[in-house]
Amino acid sequence: MSNPQLVIHEEELNEINDVIGRLLNEANSKVIFLVDKNGQLISGVGETERFDTTSLASLTAGNIAATGGLAKLIGEKEFSILFHEGEKDNLHISIVAGRVILVVLFDSRSSLGLVRLRVKKSSDELARIFEKLMKKSEEREKRGSPDFPFAEISDDDIDNLFSN
Amino acid sequence: MSFINYASREINCKIVYYGPGLCGKTTNLQFIYQQTAPDAKGKMISLATETERTLFFDFLPLSLGEIRGFKTRFHLYTVPGQVFYDASRKLILKGVDGVVFVADSQEERIDANIESLENLRINLKEQGYDLDKLPYVVQYNKRDLPGSMPVEELRRDLNPTGVPEFEACATTGEGVFETLKAVAKLILIDLKKGR
Repeated sequence: MSNPQLVIHEEELNEINDVIGRLLNEANSKVIFLVDKNGQLISGVGETERFDTTSLASLTAGNIAATGGLAKLIGEKEFSILFHEGEKDNLHISIVAGRVILVVLFDSRSSLGLVRLRVKKSSDELARIFEKLMKKSEEREKRGSPDFPFAEISDDDIDNLFSN
Repeated sequence: MSFINYASREINCKIVYYGPGLCGKTTNLQFIYQQTAPDAKGKMISLATETERTLFFDFLPLSLGEIRGFKTRFHLYTVPGQVFYDASRKLILKGVDGVVFVADSQEERIDANIESLENLRINLKEQGYDLDKLPYVVQYNKRDLPGSMPVEELRRDLNPTGVPEFEACATTGEGVFETLKAVAKLILIDLKKGR
């Protein structure tokens, strides 16, 4: 495989949620999502229940992928920030540590300048967390993981999934 | 590349439906969507043109149940089949865990099938994947049409390595769930032995 598998434990998720929770307040935003580049939602804070988070994650990743394709066509590595302006709500989308996507939804109670400023600071913190996380994943991949929950699944377990 | 979240005890996997234009990839997803209980599925998203040709992708999140206390989720994607959308197809293959190749059984589409399969191999290779090592199944769709080729001939051209294969008619749903189950099973087996 080209990339090690993304595995998140409680401890790291708490660290991540601390950072984006703080960003939510400091940037005066409504919701913040963290999405894997493959379209999997990692975490979200704020008014998350108002949104279809799974679809949001998949479309954000598609958006970033398409924009990344455009960037390559004109000789850029990537466009690290996207901004979508709506009538009421706006989306600020940025790439963190080259592999996760930070989505900040905000309205007129905040401003693009404030969001950009705060996102920059939080991105550095998130980058450190994900660097640590990826290093762990790589190590685990090398030595194999004794606590991997799927190491012992049986054919019956798999068949049971489809019996319903 | 699956995503395992120990905090929320979830595992997410990505399945991509690949194949030539109008072979029935979107129809496969639509049937799965219609037949799945509301609590097991999310919204189906189709980024399509006004004539309902897939422009970027279709997306359907499915939640199958639990294995060893972990919620097992599959994210189903289709690619746009038309030849000139190749750049988009490459993007959708990123992070794929399993592939379904949907072939159009009609005789006049055999060249399009072969071209699409070659394209799949090339695009996977660019992302660092090898089709022969990925969980992968083949579906011979449109078996109900009068001009469909015998399965033996399709197999010779499209499934020389003998991966699991299924005859289907996506509009009526025949073979659709069998195909999905087969690829999901291969992914889970792969997860089991891979780590």
